[in-house]
Amino acid sequence: MSSTAHYPGVVLPTAEEEIWRYSRIEELSLDSFVAGSVENRVDAPADVAGIVVQGAAVGECGIAMPIPVDAFAEINAIHCSGAHADIITVKTARGKSYASPIVITRTLSISGVLAAPRLIIDAAENSEVTVVEHFLSADDISSLIAPVVEIRAAQSARVTYIAINELGNKTWKIAHQQSLGERDSTTRLFTVALGGDYARVRTEARLVGIGATTQQVALYFADKTQMHDFRTLQTHIAPRTSSDLLFKGAVQDTAKSVYTGLIRIEHEAHGSQAYQTNRNLTLSHGAWAESVPNLEIETNDVKCSHASTVGPIDDEQRFYLESRGIHPDIAERLVVLGFFNEVLERLPQIDVVSGLRAKVAAKLHAGAQ
Amino acid sequence: MSTLKIENLVAGIPGKQILNGINLTLSSGEVHAIMGPNGAGKSTLSGVVMGKPGYVVHSGSVTLDGEDLLALPAWQRAQAGLHLIMQYPTEVPGVHLDDVIREAYASRGRNTSTLDAEIVAEAARIHFDMALVERSMNVDLSGGEKKRNETLQLALLKPKFAILDELDSGLDIDALRDCARRVEAATQEDNLGVLVITHYARLLEELRPDVVHILAAGKIVKSGGPELADELETTGYAGLTQ
Repeated sequence: MSSTAHYPGVVLPTAEEEIWRYSRIEELSLDSFVAGSVENRVDAPADVAGIVVQGAAVGECGIAMPIPVDAFAEINAIHCSGAHADIITVKTARGKSYASPIVITRTLSISGVLAAPRLIIDAAENSEVTVVEHFLSADDISSLIAPVVEIRAAQSARVTYIAINELGNKTWKIAHQQSLGERDSTTRLFTVALGGDYARVRTEARLVGIGATTQQVALYFADKTQMHDFRTLQTHIAPRTSSDLLFKGAVQDTAKSVYTGLIRIEHEAHGSQAYQTNRNLTLSHGAWAESVPNLEIETNDVKCSHASTVGPIDDEQRFYLESRGIHPDIAERLVVLGFFNEVLERLPQIDVVSGLRAKVAAKLHAGAQ
Repeated sequence: MSTLKIENLVAGIPGKQILNGINLTLSSGEVHAIMGPNGAGKSTLSGVVMGKPGYVVHSGSVTLDGEDLLALPAWQRAQAGLHLIMQYPTEVPGVHLDDVIREAYASRGRNTSTLDAEIVAEAARIHFDMALVERSMNVDLSGGEKKRNETLQLALLKPKFAILDELDSGLDIDALRDCARRVEAATQEDNLGVLVITHYARLLEELRPDVVHILAAGKIVKSGGPELADELETTGYAGLTQ
C-alpha cells in the first residue's frame, strides 16, 4: 500500500481485496500521471439544452454517492473541488418527459494525464430523460480516466443512462456508476465496452424507495491484450423493489474479462425481486473470462435468481449454420452477433447506439483460435 | 440428373462402430426411406453423411456426382448440394432465419435481392406464421414449428439432395402434412432427391417413397418398394430383421 504524490491521503487498493481480485490494479502507478482533463462536447437538442449545465459547482456532487466508495471515487471527488473540476449536471423539471437524448462526448487527447470527470443526473418527480456518456481516446493515448456518474431518480422518474467506452488500446478507465432510485422510479444503466487497455466499471443500483425498479445491462468485447472488469451491485433497501441485470461479454486473442456481481437484499426489502445473468464467450484459446455471482439476502419473501456461464461458442450452433453452407468464420460471426443481440435489442434505438452492432462485427476477426 | 452414392460405409463414434457397411444409391427426384428400430444407426448415418463433428469414418465412401463428400467439411458438403433436416434443430439465440439464408445464398453466389419476398412466399406455402419466422432460430418454437422452419430453409436453399432425419418426430398431423407435401413438391419442381430417415410409416403416407430400406444393426438388411413400409406396419421390425 502506498500513498501517491498527487493525491495525498489516497491509498490505492491491492488485488488482495476481494473487490479488486483478478484486477490489474497492481500495474497502476499514479505517479506516472499528472492531473488533467477531458475535452467535453455536449449534444443537446433544443428540448433538453436548458437542463444541462457544464462547469457546475462542487456542491452539486453527492446526490447518489455522498461518500466516495473507493480510492478512485475519492480521486474524482478531489478533482471536483480543484483546478481540474469537470462537473456536468442534468436536472429535469418535475413531470416533464424529454424526447431527445443528451449525448456527452468525453475525449482524452493527451497522454500522461489522469482525468476525473463527473456527471450528475438529477431527475425530478415523474420526469423522463436519456443521457449518453461516450468515452473516446486515440490508440496512442496512454492516460487514465476515472469518471463518476451519479444518478438520482425521484418518485416515478424514468432515467436511462448509456455509457459507451470506445477508448484507445492504451487508455485505462476506472469508472463508477451509482444510482439511487426513489419510490416507483425506473433507472436503466447501460454499458457498452469495446475499448480501453484495462477498463473497469463499478456499477451500483441502490433501490431506496418502495416499488423502485432498475435494469443494469452491459455488452463488453475485449480483444488483443485488453481487459474488461465489471463489479456490479444491486442493493435493495426498500420493500417491493425489483432489479434486473444482464451482462454479456466476449474475449478474443489473449484478452481477459472479469465479472463479479452482488445482489444484496436488506432487512426491510421484503417482496422484492432481483435477477442477475452474466454470460461470457471465450473466442480464442488464450482468452480468459471469470464470472462470480453472489447473493446476500437478509429477509424472507423475495425472488432472486442468478445465472452465469463462461465458455466457447457452442459446437452445435456452429454446425447448424455450417450445415447450411455457411463458412465457419461467418458462422462464428453470426453466433457472436446473435449472442450480443439480446443486449443490443434492449438499448434505446438512438443514433449513437445504431452503429454499435457494426463496431462489434468489425472487432470480430474471423477464424480466431 | 445427380447421384448421391454411399458405398461400404463403416463408421461410428470413437470406440464404437455403428454403421457396418452401408450401400445406397439415390438419384435426383427419388425418395428413399430408411426405416429401422432405435439404435439401428439411423441418426449416425445422417450425421456421418453431413459431416457432423464427433463421428469417425473407418472405411467406405460417400460421393455426390463423383465428388468425395467425406473429404469436405460440412459447409462445403452443403455447398455441393447436400442438406440435412435435423431431428432436433439447434437453437441459435439472436440469429434470425433471414440472416442465415442471406449468408447461405451469398456463400453460393446467389442473388439475395428478392430474398425477403421468397421467405414470405415459402412461409405461406407451408402455413408458417411470419411472426415465428422472425424469431431467433428455433428459440421458443414448438416441435412442429421447428420442423416447418427446417422445411422452409430446405425450400429456399434448393439443394440437390436432402436427408430428413426423423422429420416426423414430435410433429402434429397438420405440420407433418405441410412439411411432407412441401418436400414432395420439391422432388417434382426442383428434382430434389430425398433420403427420409424415420421410425414410423406415417410420414411415408404423405411423402411416398420409391424405395424403402430397412436398417438394422448398422446394415441395410432389406430393400423394396413402398409395400415394404406397409409390411413393416403389420410385422414390426422384429419380423423383418430376423
